[in-house]
Amino acid sequence: MDSREGSSLLSLPIMVLKYHMATKDPILIRNAVPTDLDAIIEIDDVGPKEEKPAYWRGIFSHYGSGEKKERIFLVAETGGEIVGFIAGEVRAWEFGSAPCGWCFALAVSPKMRGAGIAKRMFDEIRRRLKGAGVTTVRTMVDRNNKVTLSFFRSQGLRSGRYIELEREID
Amino acid sequence: MKLNKGSLFALFAVLELAGNGDRQLSTTDIAGKYGISTHHLAKVMRNLVHSGLVQAVRGVGGGYRFAGNVSRTTLLDVIQLFEKLESELDMPNQGNPACEPIVAELRSITGEIDDLTKAILDTITLETALKSTRLRTEAAASVAAGTPS
Repeated sequence: MDSREGSSLLSLPIMVLKYHMATKDPILIRNAVPTDLDAIIEIDDVGPKEEKPAYWRGIFSHYGSGEKKERIFLVAETGGEIVGFIAGEVRAWEFGSAPCGWCFALAVSPKMRGAGIAKRMFDEIRRRLKGAGVTTVRTMVDRNNKVTLSFFRSQGLRSGRYIELEREID
Repeated sequence: MKLNKGSLFALFAVLELAGNGDRQLSTTDIAGKYGISTHHLAKVMRNLVHSGLVQAVRGVGGGYRFAGNVSRTTLLDVIQLFEKLESELDMPNQGNPACEPIVAELRSITGEIDDLTKAILDTITLETALKSTRLRTEAAASVAAGTPS
């Protein structure tokens, strides 16, 4: 049986969104399932490709079950094709920060950009994070990734109370 | 960061024109609305036309209209037409060897600040700035009317 047809998944909230003009198929936002991983790796255009299968398998095992409301891994699907994904979780008390939502991955297939898919995925993860009891969402994006940074800016995110610092380890 | 008048006037003009679609506005219209110098704004408009962000429309009822991409043009794109946004150290003792290590460290720090400033301005599109401005205006109007926003 296709894991997408599993009974546990049937009970999961699924959003049917507006039709994309290029496909005329409805765009669904739903929990990720194991058979989505190849498409997720293909869409993920940040970092070295060869390290992605192991990375995303690890992410899926941690976030993909959909059983814990504070761990969220969603995909956007249209016409049977995965066209985007978003992942996040509730994190708490890192350097004194009260529990907040943390969005650590977001991507949309280049051919489907401009259709509002990222916004719909982000709306859904915000809805779920709110349901998990947090009122703030954070993210961290490479400063050269203008597409993703501009998207988050357009959704109202601003520089927050925490500053990212880093250095090479000798 | 201190924006110079040219940048500020350019942002007033570009956001006003971008927020009004195909509507043409004259320098006097824009200067009048924001209470700024028509003479100075005219110079700014020439620079904006030269950059291609704004188009001059001649003839009766002529003026300017936005000619860029509202969802791609960022605040930094506009500001950098008028200034570099780089911190300067007001050094009285240029070339004094005793100053060099400290000056080098300060340049490194101000460079980090400048990079962050530019990174932020380069991710705010005109579309996002217009949306945020509209929400801010609506919220202020709600407060003034005594109704929840």
